[in-house]
Parts: sequence; C-alpha cells; structure tokens
Amino acid sequence: MGMGVDFRYRMAKRASEEIKNGMLVNLGIGIPSLVPNHLPENMHVIFHSENGIIGMGPSPVKGEEDSNLCNAGGFPVTIQSGGSYCDSSIAFGMIRKGKVDLTILGSLQVSSKGDLANWIVPGKKVPGMGGAVELAQKAKRVVVVMNHCDKSGISKIVKECSYPLTSSKCVNLIITEMAVFKIHVEELWLTELFKGIELSDVIERTNCEFRVNEYYRSIPY
Amino acid sequence: MENSFGKITTLEKAMEFFYSGMTLMFGGFGGVGTPPTLVDGILKKGINNLTLIGNDTGFPNIGIGKLVSRNRAAKVIVSHIGSNPVAGELMNEGQIEVEFSPQGILVERIRAGGIGLPGFLTDIGLDNEVISKNKPQFQLDGKNYLVEKALTADVSIVYAKKADPYGNLIYDKSARNTNPLVAMASKITIAEVEEIVPIGSLNPEEIVTQGVYIDYLIPSKGVNWTWAWE
Repeated sequence: MGMGVDFRYRMAKRASEEIKNGMLVNLGIGIPSLVPNHLPENMHVIFHSENGIIGMGPSPVKGEEDSNLCNAGGFPVTIQSGGSYCDSSIAFGMIRKGKVDLTILGSLQVSSKGDLANWIVPGKKVPGMGGAVELAQKAKRVVVVMNHCDKSGISKIVKECSYPLTSSKCVNLIITEMAVFKIHVEELWLTELFKGIELSDVIERTNCEFRVNEYYRSIPY
Repeated sequence: MENSFGKITTLEKAMEFFYSGMTLMFGGFGGVGTPPTLVDGILKKGINNLTLIGNDTGFPNIGIGKLVSRNRAAKVIVSHIGSNPVAGELMNEGQIEVEFSPQGILVERIRAGGIGLPGFLTDIGLDNEVISKNKPQFQLDGKNYLVEKALTADVSIVYAKKADPYGNLIYDKSARNTNPLVAMASKITIAEVEEIVPIGSLNPEEIVTQGVYIDYLIPSKGVNWTWAWE
C-alpha cells in the first residue's frame, strides 16, 4: 500500500479531532504539520513552538516571509493575535511543567504499552533527539500519527520496540492510515477503523496482539 | 555614538578573542538568530579544533553549520544535527565528536552556566538509555533524577536586533530562541546587533538581556546565506 495523498489527509483530519478549544498544542514535522488545515474556523487553539513562539500562526503568503520568524524546522510562519515570543528555556519549561495539552508527532515504532521510539535508526541515521524526549515525556497527551507499516511492509506497531526508546509508556493514541488505537493501562485497543479497511487487514498487518473495542467506530473518510 | 562603556567595537578587534581549540557557545536555532558576521569572521581567521555548544549544527551553509561543514569543530554539544548532513558524515567518519542533549535540557544546562549553578536535577531522559548513560543519579523525596551539569564556554556569540552602549539587548521575534541563555554563559560574550541606539532609548520594560552579560558589541553586516525555504 503506497502513501497516497488521501492517507495523509485522513490521518491529519482524524488527528485534528483530538484538538479542543483553548488547548496549547505542539505539532511535529510531517503529517502533524497538516493538522491545522482541518480545524474549524471558530476554534481557538494556541500552537507552541520549541524555538519560542507561543501562538504560532500558519505560513505567510509568498513574498511576506520574515527570516526571523520561523518554526522549529526553520520554515517561515506567522504569529497569531495574542501570541508572544520567549527564549528556548521558557518554551521547554512549559513542556516540563505539563502546560502543553497535546503533542502530535510521528514515530518509527510504538509498542503496545505505549513506548515511543522515534529518534534513532540503529546503524543508519543518528540525527539527535531535539525536543522529542521532553514532549513525549511531559505533554499531557501524546498522539502518534504514522504509517501502519514501514517501507518494507513491516509493522511499526510492535510488542517491544527494537529501536532505542525516546521515552517509555508515554503514547496515548496511535493514528495510522488503517485504524486508531488507544493505549489504556499499558494495553493496546483498536477503537476506530477507517473507511474501506477490514479488521482482518489490520490484524494481519500489525505485529502484536491488540484488543478490539466491540463498539469500534467506523471513520467515514 | 557615545561608547562610555568601551563595549562597542569592530569585527577585527572582536576576532582577537577567538583561537584554535577554544570552547565557543553560539546562539540560534536552525541558523535563525546565529550571528552571521561573527561566524564569517571566525571562518576567515582560519581557527579550528573548536568545541561548539548550541542548539544544533544548522544547515551546511547556514549559521554555525558553515564552521561545522568545513571541519572546524572537533566536538559539538547540541540537541540535533538532523539539518546538517555534513555533520552526520563527519560524525560517522570519526572526525567530529557529538554529544547530544535533549533540547530543553541543553538550554537549561547553558542557563545554569549563566546563573551560577553547577547543575540541576531532572527526570527527562531517565528511561532513555542514551541520555542516562554515564550520568550520576540523585534521589530527592524518594524519586530518582539525573544530574545534568551546567555548560560554560570561553566565548559566547549572540545575535540581537537592538543594543544600547551598555549592551542591553532586544531580540527579533523567533531569532531570540537560545540567544538570551547563551549570552549569559561564557567568560566573554560578544553580541552582533542590527542597530546600536543611544542609552535611554530602549524601554526598560522591554530589555531582554541585561548589558551586565555583554562584553562587546559589533554591528551586523546581515545574513549572507540563502535560507532553506528560499
């Protein structure tokens, strides 16, 4: 199964349902950065950026970029009305204090207990952890958005992570292009299935056991 | 401009503080807020074998990345090198030593260095084998914590939007990032600024870094690299 635009759309749209009015939210790079496109107009959300923007807004229109106003990935953004700037220690102090309500991030592997491994592919790339450890460990809610399987078709949801952990037992929800899983008391539960996906497909493509909520939701998109 | 504190100087004079083998702390995040004129001055002076401390290794031709990708650093203490593939290659070839620290812990270590604390306790990274490796642990109120040590350096270089002759600084939007912390943590701090304004013309309520921490000011020639998004 290739990663078409539809899958990115559906994962970002589903992840946007996790955001509630008034939340302080930190988004990772990749699919998580698409999440704001799916929020209703009248919703007030404060986006937190590790480099010291509280109330980060969308990308500016072309020609209006300011090289001193960028997100943590180095790309131009804007600031929302009521937003402010702080230094990196304050930005991370907020995270450690538990002020970030929700972080949505990508991952290489997630275990059925909610262990997160998203910073090293052994023998390949060692990019460094950036701010991932603090966000994973201290955000009130950690939502992972990732492809169900890697490029070789191997399940990224596993019983035990084989990659080095970013943080243990920290993930609350996993959204893949096939299904949504909740981690509840270190147990993995399938709670939602995307349109056109059979439960048997998910079982076949997931490399660990999980429980199925008998009232699981069918996501209509 | 009056120079009653003797802090306003030139790039050439400021370069006397840089030498091979020194420990250099730099402000900036992905190159945003890294002082371009000072980086070029260091590059031109030809010094090497640097220990660099800062958020990340920039991009190959952006920010501190210009020094890293030209093999001027023997060691870097950073939170990631992901945006600079040359740094990754040098690390894999054993030409550069990389010490990773979680981003918020790294800046807190720098902050500790700047506020006279030898270190601090944290639970960040306790269950991460790479972060917790070889670090002392300490129990407080029945809980286990890692001991993280403060970071200091010979010289700090920072970028700011405005300074007065005392060295009081105001930053520019997200180019503030690690600069106020880096500004505090070294024996000597040199600020590269867009504009130097007379004493009394900065609003005392809006000054971010006190001139107490700033030893020298040089005017910025501005960014001369092309950003990744351009």
